Amino acid sequence: MHVRHLQVTDFRSWPTAELTFGRGPNVLVGANGQGKTNLVEAVGYLANLGSHRVSGDAPLVRHGASSAIVRATVVNEGRQLTLDVEITPGRTNRARVNRAPVKRPRDILGILRTVFFGPEDLSLVRGDPGERRRFLDELLASRSPRFAGVRADYDRVLRQRSALLKTAGGLRRGQRGRSDDAALGTLEVWDNHLARFGGQLLAGRLDLVAELSPLVTAAYHELAPGGVATVRYRDTAGPDGGARAGQGPSDPESLAEALLAELRRVRDQELDRGVCLVGPHRDELELTIGDLPARGYASHGESWSFALALRLAAYDLLRAEGSEPVLVLDDVFAELDQRRRSRLAAVAGRAEQVLVTAAVEEDVPAELTGGRFVVRDGTVRRGD
Amino acid sequence: MYEGPVQDLIDELGRLPGIGPKSAQRIAFHLLGAEPADVTRLQEVLQRVKEGVTFCDICGNVSEQATCRICRDARRDAALVCVVEEPKDVLAVERTREYRGRYHVLGGALDPLSGVGPDQLRIRELLGRIGGQYGGAEVTEVIIATDPNTEGEATATYLVRMLRDFPGLTVTRLASGLPMGGDLEFADELTLGRALSGRRSV
Ligand SMILES: Nc1ncnc2c1ncn2[C@@H]1O[C@H](COP(=O)(O)OP(=O)(O)O)[C@@H](O)[C@H]1O
Ligand SMILES: [Mg+2]
Ligand SMILES: [Zn+2]
Repeated sequence: MHVRHLQVTDFRSWPTAELTFGRGPNVLVGANGQGKTNLVEAVGYLANLGSHRVSGDAPLVRHGASSAIVRATVVNEGRQLTLDVEITPGRTNRARVNRAPVKRPRDILGILRTVFFGPEDLSLVRGDPGERRRFLDELLASRSPRFAGVRADYDRVLRQRSALLKTAGGLRRGQRGRSDDAALGTLEVWDNHLARFGGQLLAGRLDLVAELSPLVTAAYHELAPGGVATVRYRDTAGPDGGARAGQGPSDPESLAEALLAELRRVRDQELDRGVCLVGPHRDELELTIGDLPARGYASHGESWSFALALRLAAYDLLRAEGSEPVLVLDDVFAELDQRRRSRLAAVAGRAEQVLVTAAVEEDVPAELTGGRFVVRDGTVRRGD
Repeated sequence: MYEGPVQDLIDELGRLPGIGPKSAQRIAFHLLGAEPADVTRLQEVLQRVKEGVTFCDICGNVSEQATCRICRDARRDAALVCVVEEPKDVLAVERTREYRGRYHVLGGALDPLSGVGPDQLRIRELLGRIGGQYGGAEVTEVIIATDPNTEGEATATYLVRMLRDFPGLTVTRLASGLPMGGDLEFADELTLGRALSGRRSV
C-alpha cells in the first residue's frame, strides 16, 4: 500500500501542509526543527491512532489551536480510501473513511499500516517494558484491528479493578463492615472480566511473538553477523515465572483460566498493596543477545541493531500477509553504521513506499533516490 | 477566554453532555441577550427539577407521585422486570413498543473509579422486589438491560450472581447486537427491540 496524499491542519508546527507522495522512496529534507518528523508522525497517527513520540494527543495540536485534522489518501491494491481524523484533546476524536463518519476512531485501524523506525526506537531496547508491550500491541492491532478493542476493554477493566483494590484494601486494613463485603463481592466480577480480556490479549501477543521471534533473530543476524538475538514473552500467569515462546496457537479461554487462578493466589497481596499484580499489563518481551539481556547489557550499536531488527521483523511479518506496509524512516541513517545503513537501504529500496526524513541529502543512501521534498520555513516544496 | 461570569457560564454549559465549546459559547451569548423573564423561567425550572423531582418507591424511575405511571398501570406485566441503569434507559426501552413488563432503575452501574459499589445502586431494592408481591404477581423473569460497556457488563455479571439462587426465577440478558462500548439510549429502536425479543437466559 502507499499514501498518495497527505494533508494536515493545525497538526504540530503546521497550520496547514499538503503533500503528494509517489510510490517508492519519498525523502523529506530540511534542517532540524523544520517540521519533517511532524509530517511523518501524522502518517503514523492514522495507522496507530497515536504518536510514536508522546502518549497523549495534546502536544499534537498546534499551539493555540483547539483541534487538528490529519487526512490521507491510501492506495491499497488499486483501491483508494481517504482517511481523516479530527484530534480534539479532552474530547472524543472523530474519524471518517471516504468522508463517511465511522462510529469510533479505532474503526479505521488496519486500513493504513506503517512500520515506523526512528530515533525514539532505542527505547524499544533500553526503555521500560511498557515500550515493548506497546510495540507488540500496535503490531497486533495493525494485523487484526479487533485487538485494539480488546486492549481498550482490558485497560478499562484494569483501571476499574485497580480502583477497587485501592478502596477495598484500605477498608480491609481498617474497620471491616458490610459495605466492604459488598465491595469484595464485586472484586470477583472484575477478576473475571480482567481474565477474559487479559486471556484474549495474551493469546494475541503469544501468537504474535511466536511468529515474530524467528524473523527478529534472522534480521539481527544480518545486521550483526555472529550475533544471536532472541525475543521471548514472559507473562505473569505463565509456567515457572512465565517464559514462553513459540508454543503454537494460544487458547484465550485456558489463558483466562490461568490468569484467574493466579489472581486468586495473589489476592491478599493485591489487597495489601492496592495494585493489580497479574495480567498482560505486567508482562515483558524479553530481548537477549547471546546469553545476556539486551536491556542494561547491550552496547549502543547492539541496541540500535536490535531496535532495527524488531522493526524489520514487523515489516516482514506484515508484508508476508499480503498488503505491504508503508515504511517510515525518520532521521535514522545518520545514526547507523555502514552495514546497518546498507541493510536498511536494501529493504527500503524495494519497498512499495518509503517515507524518509533527513537533515541533509548526504545522509540518505543512494538507493533511495526518488521524490524529494524540501521542508523549510513552514513550507514543503517538491525538489527535483 | 472571556472575563468573569460570562466565562463561568460558558464553562458550566460546556460541562453538559453533548455540548461542545462552540455551542456553549453560542448558548451563553444567547442567554446574555435574552429577556430577563426568559432567563428567570429557565432558572426556576432548573431549581424545580432539583428540588421537586421524586423517584418511584418501587422501581426508582423519576415520578411525580410515590409510585410511577408504569408501576401503577395494571395492564403491565408485573412478573417481568427489566433492569436498567438510568431513567433515560426506561425511555429507550419504551420507545421500542416491544416491552409490556415493569422496570427497575439501578441508578448507575458498578464503577469503582467513581466510588460506585453495590451499596450505591438500588440492588437491595431489586432483591426485595423479587421475594415479594407487587401488583398481585410475583416476579418470574428479570431482564438485565445494563449498558453494553465495561461497567454495564460488570454490573450484569454481578446481578446474575446475586439472582442465581432465587428458585423459579429466570434471568435473561439482552441479545448481543447492541453496539459494544455504547449506551443503551443510543441504540435505535429496531436494534434494541430485536435485542429484547432475542434475549437469552443466563
Ligand atoms: N503542538 C505544537 N505546536 C507548535 N509547534 C510545535 C508543536 N509540536 C512541535 N512543534 C514544533 O515543531 C518543531 C519540531 O518539528 P520536527 O518535525 O520534530 O522537526 P524535524 O524537522 O527536526 O523533524 C519544533 O520546533 C517544535 O517547537
Ligand atoms: Mg525529526
Ligand atoms: Zn415505578
